[in-house]
Amino acid sequence: MDSLALFGLLWAILRISVPYVMAALGGTVCERAGVINIALEGILLVSALGTALGAPYGAATALVCGLTAGVVTSLLYGLLVVVFRGDQIVCGVAIFMLADGLSRVLLKVVFGSTSNSPRLDALVGSGPLWLLGAMFASVILLHGLFHHSVLGLRLRAVGDKPAAAQALSVSVLSVRMWAVALSGLLTAIGGVYLVFEQRQFVALMSGGRGFLALAAMIFGGWRPVWGAAAALLFATAEATGIFLQARGLLIPNWILQSVPYVLTLLTLMLRGLLGKNHSTAPLSLGVPRL
Amino acid sequence: MAGSHEQTRGPLWLRALPFVWAALLAMAMASLLARLYGQSPLGMYRLLLAGTWGSIYGIGQVLFKTTPLVCTGLAVAVALRAGLFNVGAEGQLIVGALAAALCGAYLPVATPSVLAVPLCLVAAFCAGGLVGSFVGLCKWLCRAHEVIVTILLNFIVRAVMVGVGGYLFLRESVHTAPVIDAAKLPRLSTILPQLHGSAVNAALGLALLLAVMVELLLRRTRLGFALRVVGQNPDAAAAAGLRIGWIQTLALTLSGGLAGLGGANFVLGYKYYYEDGFSAGVGYLGIAVAVLAHNRPLWVLLSALFFGTLAQGGLAVNAMVPRELIDVLSAVVILAVATASAEVRRLLPRFQQPQRDDDSRDARPSKPPSREPEPTQLPEPPLDEPEATDSVSPWAAR
Repeated sequence: MDSLALFGLLWAILRISVPYVMAALGGTVCERAGVINIALEGILLVSALGTALGAPYGAATALVCGLTAGVVTSLLYGLLVVVFRGDQIVCGVAIFMLADGLSRVLLKVVFGSTSNSPRLDALVGSGPLWLLGAMFASVILLHGLFHHSVLGLRLRAVGDKPAAAQALSVSVLSVRMWAVALSGLLTAIGGVYLVFEQRQFVALMSGGRGFLALAAMIFGGWRPVWGAAAALLFATAEATGIFLQARGLLIPNWILQSVPYVLTLLTLMLRGLLGKNHSTAPLSLGVPRL
Repeated sequence: MAGSHEQTRGPLWLRALPFVWAALLAMAMASLLARLYGQSPLGMYRLLLAGTWGSIYGIGQVLFKTTPLVCTGLAVAVALRAGLFNVGAEGQLIVGALAAALCGAYLPVATPSVLAVPLCLVAAFCAGGLVGSFVGLCKWLCRAHEVIVTILLNFIVRAVMVGVGGYLFLRESVHTAPVIDAAKLPRLSTILPQLHGSAVNAALGLALLLAVMVELLLRRTRLGFALRVVGQNPDAAAAAGLRIGWIQTLALTLSGGLAGLGGANFVLGYKYYYEDGFSAGVGYLGIAVAVLAHNRPLWVLLSALFFGTLAQGGLAVNAMVPRELIDVLSAVVILAVATASAEVRRLLPRFQQPQRDDDSRDARPSKPPSREPEPTQLPEPPLDEPEATDSVSPWAAR
């Protein structure tokens, strides 16, 4: 294999990994604060839709629209599960259903089709590169936030022992809401990236990346750097499959498509079989605030 | 969290509140989207009613759409009663439908109907149950969270079906060979000629039967009791010597099987073959059905009827607004019910009267009935005032 092809493969891995990594980071922030976030998939989808809706007015507008859409969806989720204490898993799945339905309805209203938008030519440019940079920055910043700042300490305290945090007059409610909002912002970068990269919005274009990212986050033990590494692993599997197919290896398409999911399932099972006996999950994950 | 799926008790008006709230919110959302689409909400509702309950044919179609929803709704509800969230009903439904279709197609033509139909149903149940039990084993042996496993399985099933379809589907089509005549379920229009043209079939009776059976299982059997105890309070269940992993695996198997049976409506009662993409989100809608029914098997029937009406109504109003509007509405209903129920549950202890006898045989962990509202939830302090600390910003200096 010549070095050019190898470079191409590495580049493809990086390109594919952005939504995975960003969603995994978003999930990590949220879950370390004690809020399960199945809604990641929905947030990816809504932010991608926001980007597509803003795209006719320029790339900058598209970026802002996408990020706003993601954060707003995330805040809605936070309102439902943090403030009103709805069941986090039920609401997360419902947010995904809402995102899917709403994206199709709005697609029909704006672009006249329920399945995809036209090509968004305003998005040509270096947008994906910047977002790739944002991904690396986010991993480092998040690691710093978690382990070298007071805010990170409070966030982790709220996720592990909310009662203790509250006793130190840390507001569980607002820490969790901030965490959910930050999670939305991070995940939205992944959703925006999807549209910038493909220059089109397709219904269900998130394709389960949010769910896979959740698995990556668990595989990484709820740590930002390790979660990002696990996400990179999934991206590697996907990119390698496409790479091999492009080089003439006859892999049926459906096997290629199921590889990321099967791999994720296997890693989850392997982690449970071989992993440490005690779970590294935040202690109060999924427990509504006091 | 698991216990929160169990029923709540209290004055009826308070318990009905989440549903009223959900209905109002969903209607408001629908009106808003219809306006956005440049249509009058009132006209949309009129069309929706006319297309569903306005004619005998419409009613038949609503019942046809309701049938698989009962199955997937029961599937999700049973799992939730055991404290497990089965998001994989969609995949299990697809696998079950394919199994029924293959079984029906490859049976000898001479098989009598009394044998062929049950065989197909058993095939559907086993196929769905196999997927469900895999999820259960993953949770039991590998401690993998069932939500993620089921979601992944949905994607895997979808991809694999494309691959398998290449071998099983008839040439130049996306469906399998038709089932033999003996395996076909009769249409209800053979009894009630007014239903002519609508696809509602004997699978509806099967769905009703399933709901009753699941209700009896949960209320009257040891397994049902164990299942509810595990769902309400795993610690109490473990202390009482119940094997949690085993019972959860059984619950997921049952859940998967029920979802698989949902395929019978389409495969044995309507098209008589498995067709790619037939499920169209029925599995996901099952979550909405179960949540709205508070996981009570008999309420699942009503809840499924509601979503069946919406699904058929979506087709009726498709000319005015995209029928994806219905997906939005079901999501809104889930969100509204889930959050409102949590609030109501928090308020319930204030309204609770001394315990009445007719309620007391309901499942409680095997310890003396206590007045603790929910065993698995954190003991909540009486929240007469909002928490004082909530007003302090976490970002302020400590």
